[in-house]
Amino acid sequence: MGTGTGLGRVRGLGSAKKGAHHWWMQRLTAAGNLLLVSWFVISLVRLPNLSHAVVTDWLSSPLVAIAAIILVANVFWHLRLGLQVVLEDYVHNEASKLGLLVLLNFYAIGAAAVAIFSIAKIAFGSAA
Amino acid sequence: MSRNHSRPLSPHLSHWKWGANMLVSILHRMTGVGLATVGGLLFAGWFFAAASGEESYACFLGLLTVESGAINIVGAILGIGLTWAFFTHLFNGLRHFVMDAGAGYELQTNRHWAIAVVAGGIIATLVLWGWLLWPAIMGLVGGEG
Repeated sequence: MGTGTGLGRVRGLGSAKKGAHHWWMQRLTAAGNLLLVSWFVISLVRLPNLSHAVVTDWLSSPLVAIAAIILVANVFWHLRLGLQVVLEDYVHNEASKLGLLVLLNFYAIGAAAVAIFSIAKIAFGSAA
Repeated sequence: MSRNHSRPLSPHLSHWKWGANMLVSILHRMTGVGLATVGGLLFAGWFFAAASGEESYACFLGLLTVESGAINIVGAILGIGLTWAFFTHLFNGLRHFVMDAGAGYELQTNRHWAIAVVAGGIIATLVLWGWLLWPAIMGLVGGEG
């Protein structure tokens, strides 16, 4: 790397061609959340109660399980993108920032996997 | 990237007079972080508890409710707090969609919608929880519920 200004070092290299990708995915998942979380909240409020039997019966319907799995993927994708921006804005120490970004990815992907597996288990185990 | 310390930074938070647009901007981040951490853990935890069987599910609900099934103080704080965060983040997200399209930047319009977002979040929370807790409220004041 040269010792010039930041602009001088990158001039002529062209763009990375993905400058807007993060921004765009945040908007796509936001639109998805608008539909999916609204569906989820309205569905929960409309259930007669939140007992184990009622909830697992509801989640074992194929269409509900599919929508719930998409909801989980969308929610955790959106929060991963959002928390990434917050960390990048407020954590200035490079080592801490890297560590926290790794933790964020573990959290988002791990929690999403737990939730998706749980929904699948309820849906596939409904005959039992 | 290292910064040239002889050059000035743009004025930061403490130098600006607070306005509705600044409030709603930082609220969007705060509610987003709250929903992403507390909300995300409860969300995944609820599915996991439901999949782990009736006992685990009862244990999970036991953290948020009293024995009769009514909500306890932890459940109330988390539930009402997350509801407010959800509606505020949702309404401001809609405001951002409009601004992404290039509209709503005129000072008066921007201020108007920023206030509407904050007020809308509070009102929607009150309406939803008023409706959910209506039987309990009626019971407390001795009405026929």
